[in-house]
Amino acid sequence: MTDAATTKSENQRSQWADVWDQFKTHKGAVIGMGFFIFICLLVILGPHLWTLDSNFIDIRSKNQGPSLAHPMGTDQLGRDTFASVLQGGQVSLAVGVVAMALALFLGTLVGVVAGYFRRLDGFLMRMTDLFLALPILPLLLVIIMLFRDTLRGLFGPETGIFILIVFVIGITSWMHTARIVRGDVLALKEQEFVLAARSIGTPSRRMILRHILPNVMSPIMVSATLGIANAIITESALSFLGLGFPSDFPTWGRLLFDSTNFMTLNPERVLWPGLAISLTVLSVNYMGDGLRDALDPRIRGR
Amino acid sequence: MLNYTIRRLLFAIPTLLFISLIIFLLLDLAPNDPTGDLPLTIPPEVREKIRISLGLGEPIWWRYLLWCNQFFINEPLNMLGHIFDTCIGDCENRLRVSSWSTRSPVGDLIAERMPQTLWVVGMSYVLGILIAVPIGVYSAYRQYSWFDQAGTFVSMVGFSVPTFFTGVLMIVIFSVHLGWFPSKYNTLHVVTDWDSFVFQVRQSIMPVSVLALFNASQISRFMRASMLDNLNQDYVRTARAKGMTEQVVVLVHVLRNSLIPVVTVIALGVPQVFGGAIITEQVFSINGLGALLILGIQGADIPLVQTLTFIFAVLIVLFNLIADVLYGILDPRIRYD
Repeated sequence: MTDAATTKSENQRSQWADVWDQFKTHKGAVIGMGFFIFICLLVILGPHLWTLDSNFIDIRSKNQGPSLAHPMGTDQLGRDTFASVLQGGQVSLAVGVVAMALALFLGTLVGVVAGYFRRLDGFLMRMTDLFLALPILPLLLVIIMLFRDTLRGLFGPETGIFILIVFVIGITSWMHTARIVRGDVLALKEQEFVLAARSIGTPSRRMILRHILPNVMSPIMVSATLGIANAIITESALSFLGLGFPSDFPTWGRLLFDSTNFMTLNPERVLWPGLAISLTVLSVNYMGDGLRDALDPRIRGR
Repeated sequence: MLNYTIRRLLFAIPTLLFISLIIFLLLDLAPNDPTGDLPLTIPPEVREKIRISLGLGEPIWWRYLLWCNQFFINEPLNMLGHIFDTCIGDCENRLRVSSWSTRSPVGDLIAERMPQTLWVVGMSYVLGILIAVPIGVYSAYRQYSWFDQAGTFVSMVGFSVPTFFTGVLMIVIFSVHLGWFPSKYNTLHVVTDWDSFVFQVRQSIMPVSVLALFNASQISRFMRASMLDNLNQDYVRTARAKGMTEQVVVLVHVLRNSLIPVVTVIALGVPQVFGGAIITEQVFSINGLGALLILGIQGADIPLVQTLTFIFAVLIVLFNLIADVLYGILDPRIRYD
């Protein structure tokens, strides 16, 4: 057992080393990954280093431009914008990652089940088509309007809206993953190693977990990066339309929305949250681009 | 082909019914009450009577059927009657879906808001396509050149930066700092002469270009990929070997073939653009359909929200259908039999 495990991990490492070598040749992807890691570290460690509270009101220094004391200026109540951006980044990134994980889980589940079990294929794919025909943004807005107050009552204002937003983004963005995964599973099922595994009596559950899933990891990983970007944009859009998090609980979209009211007075304020969203999404997209190239064996080693 | 079109049309019906069921159930199962707006002094038993008079005592499937009847039969008839200025059937007593907050028929509200949205969305889409196609063609023709690299970067930025940020940024630069364009879109403005036309153009530039940039960045990627697929095909070499000029080879042979998938992508993108307009309209205060939807959502105006959401769903289904059929018509290799 231990022998098998070590050889397996060695094999895997060499495969992922190949991918990493190819990934490194994509300059944009490497920069994107570096920047994304930088943003993550900044957002996670930042509030510990930059100890100003994002809700600390200092009305005498309101609407200031960038200075040493406030590198990104202050808002209309004198709250430090840099602290808010760090604080908001935590929420925005958390929403992005958790919603992506939910969408990936659903998409992979539907894709693998549809590809593996022929009887469920028709039904699940019709289901996917129907979900793709839903008008996502209007429906998201409607769902949030309707269930916001209930969930707030159940879980408190912040957790409730967090759960709601993650949930609605997750259940409305799994369809593309499901389609791609299903296609790959259908192709994998015809290969000899699956036949070999079946001939020694591998049950379906282990077949999926051992043989199918590791081989569809690459499209899943590409979907993961695109999913994070999509979730961050959707969350900011919802916050920007005033249907996201409450205003004393900053996210990047919310900060942008709040600062648009002071555009003539303090135009720089708009820049920071917007830049944060754009650069994060850009870096994640570049990462996805590089990952797709790296995981595509037709391109690898060229 | 006709056979296929009919089959697709028939499949669109259950799709629309499913979507309408979701919209209906979502708003019906939601934990708020249509009588919630009424004063609290109304005693509970009267409130219950009001609920029953609103039809809320009926079983849920019956209410869904009634709702479908209203949406699929009454409203289209009303609309047709309105367009042709005639009365179809019992038009005096036929029910109309009316908004809870404004008390006017939802159809009228939508007809009022439609032109603004169509103008901005349509212009931006056309402009986006006009920008995207040449960029895509040239990027593919000179693959890995500095133009291609720059185009890739710009389009990556174009669809990574959300429209609510580009819009706000444009307002800050062009309205606040430079003062070239108005930051708010005046929908009451009527074009009568040259000056008012210039004003209309000036106020449309920012919203249109924000959406156009976003569309162009996506379409130019598809255009480039599709051109690259075709440029290495055998027929291109044959055309060159025949001694055709490079211009004819690229702009006639390759371009026409590459446009086939791009046309379907363009058709599929139309509903998304309407969705994107929800945000752009909010940024530039255009009172179009998106702004109406947001207004309805903020005021919990359920009939209005249901109708608008359903219209967006119809757009998606319709343009999916158009894209599928177009693909079959344009590409003779595709046969759906």
